[in-house]
Amino acid sequence: MTHQYPALTAEQKKELQDIAQRIVAPGKGILAADESTGSMAKRLNPIGVENTEENRRRYRQLLFTADQRIDSCIGGVIFFHETLYQKTDDGTPFAKLIKDRGIVVGIKVDKGVVPLAGTNGETTTQGLDGLSERCAQYKKDGADFAKWRCVLKISETTPSSLAIMENANVLARYASICQQNGIVPIVEPEILPDGDHDLKRCQYVTEKVLAAVYKALSDHHVYLEGTLLKPNMVTPGHSCPTKFSSEEIAMATVTALRRTVPPAVTGVTFLSGGQSEEEASMNLNSINTCPLLKPWALTFSYGRALQASALNAWRGELNNEKAATEEFIKRAQANGQAALGKFESSGTCGAAGKSLYVANHAY
Amino acid sequence: MTHQFPALSPEKKKELADIAQKIVATGKGILAADESTGTMGKRLEKISVENTEENRRFYRDILFSSDSSIANSIGGVIFFHETLYQKSDSGKLFPQLIKEKGIVVGIKVDKGTAALGGTDGETTTQGLDGLSERCAQYKKDGCDFAKWRCVLKISDSCPSALAIAENANVLARYASICQQNGLVPIVEPEILPDGDHDLQRCQYATEKVLAAVYKALSDHHVYLEGTLLKPNMVTAGHSCTKKYTPEDVALATVTTLGRTVPAAVPGICFLSGGQSEEEASLNLNAINLVPLHRPWKLTFSYGRALQASALAAWQGKAANKAAAQQAFSNRAKINGLASKGEYKPAATADKASMQSLHTAKYVY
Repeated sequence: MTHQYPALTAEQKKELQDIAQRIVAPGKGILAADESTGSMAKRLNPIGVENTEENRRRYRQLLFTADQRIDSCIGGVIFFHETLYQKTDDGTPFAKLIKDRGIVVGIKVDKGVVPLAGTNGETTTQGLDGLSERCAQYKKDGADFAKWRCVLKISETTPSSLAIMENANVLARYASICQQNGIVPIVEPEILPDGDHDLKRCQYVTEKVLAAVYKALSDHHVYLEGTLLKPNMVTPGHSCPTKFSSEEIAMATVTALRRTVPPAVTGVTFLSGGQSEEEASMNLNSINTCPLLKPWALTFSYGRALQASALNAWRGELNNEKAATEEFIKRAQANGQAALGKFESSGTCGAAGKSLYVANHAY
Repeated sequence: MTHQFPALSPEKKKELADIAQKIVATGKGILAADESTGTMGKRLEKISVENTEENRRFYRDILFSSDSSIANSIGGVIFFHETLYQKSDSGKLFPQLIKEKGIVVGIKVDKGTAALGGTDGETTTQGLDGLSERCAQYKKDGCDFAKWRCVLKISDSCPSALAIAENANVLARYASICQQNGLVPIVEPEILPDGDHDLQRCQYATEKVLAAVYKALSDHHVYLEGTLLKPNMVTAGHSCTKKYTPEDVALATVTTLGRTVPAAVPGICFLSGGQSEEEASLNLNAINLVPLHRPWKLTFSYGRALQASALAAWQGKAANKAAAQQAFSNRAKINGLASKGEYKPAATADKASMQSLHTAKYVY
């Protein structure tokens, strides 16, 4: 613990920080288009589309060929491996298409969750084997950032100390390896919204998890300025009977982050979890208008919350492609505004509003 | 790790947060006047004054009965136990005198360092026994914050993993106990400037130490908004041959803090270590001008760097009281400006303020 063996040169650090800053530039966030083949089935089945490689390609194409309106609100796109090597109808590789329009290309690098024996159904995430070589290849193929998702859950007995510690450690290993290969790691310790716990419980757990994550990142000598965090917002569980306003969610979320995420972290890009498109935008907006000092960019890394309407509009039909792309552009712009605290809700979300606001000292 | 058993009620949290913010209100910092009896001996010896209880009282009276305008630059004063129960010439108890000026009263509660067996001369700090009861009494006697100093050093083999873990843990226990008794804990993990290491080495060690401190505070359920941090600035070792500017020190310091100290912490009050009065002010000023995110107040908690000139002016003579107060008031004002990045030094500075106050292996 006494001598430093610098993990990165000054140039490597600068490159990583620049990439991170570009992704979360003001008004910009991330399109998480990294659904695995299995996850894509869950998206395509409900709209009656067969889960073929071609359909997946056609679908991603209608997102990636959106016009220049998304250039000011999308800073990065996360790819799934298959998609990184697919092309548009006219033969342009997707990675090149995205990169050429000034959007940073990212790649999901984890290999899914595996059980932690002796726990109550908890998991860690695998994918470290050969990760360095894979990252080097992805960097050559145009990727400048990566993403790795760990999953924790809240119940009577979870998250356990082991789950917190193991997931924090594997995230730190992944982050360290990415940075060695010029790739900005997005660190994602998702705490699922499943359960009937209230807002406070989620806040408590989120604070403990994030404290462990940042200790692990420190232990593994990860350069924080060259990372991004992709956490859950602090919300009540899905079956919690108490309703909370967007402002309460925002206050709990920002409080938790202020207590755990060092200011050096360039940006926080929230996952949308099970939130609706509108909810996800509203909450992000409230987060950005929360009256506490927020030293990092606070933006989105949304999958479903950017794509739900687009998928519905498309339904696999060639004739619907333009309309589907329009839906995506609309959500991208809405979230770009939310990242600046300038989002105006269409009012379809029935949140209780400011009357449930609780002063921050109670958090 | 799943259920919260809230350590503090919302009212208690608010009280602690309010106290902390009051101490580090804009333009204000802390006078560390908590020198133990032994340490006061070293101060008084330098000006040939006998280390008696009355001389200690007289000297602290000089500082504490300064004009009320010092409250513009001083948000808190740290007392030593003996001093908390001493009185001004006017007959007023010192804590009352301080409180009346709108300054928060603090108390040193640790009981000094103790050796860590099996290490290369490293230490932890003792004082946890009966701490809760002591804190409750101090709260009754007018204190609203406390201070506890841990010490680490840089050498070829230090700080060891044990020293880091143990000191972080004992700081967290102390902090937790303080908050239970309505006292804001100042957390002080001092890394000594002794050695010939360069700026980068100090930065590295400080980052590791602070990361461990904040993990321990989280583990011990400490309410960060109701704490303050008292760290060393990131500097080269005293015998380092390479020289660094205040801007170098400032950038290294703020970078380190940005990587380790959550934004929820309301204020960071630097210790001055062995820096001269002027050096400590220049460095603090540069820190407040660094173009990085600084979501916490960055101010001072100075002992020597606020008092050296005052002691030199006093020389143990009652007739010099006004001059001593002037010297103290002057340094307080300068550091208040430095905490806002507004200090513009005059072309000349007096001898006492420029004199390095470093003592090797400094022990209170």
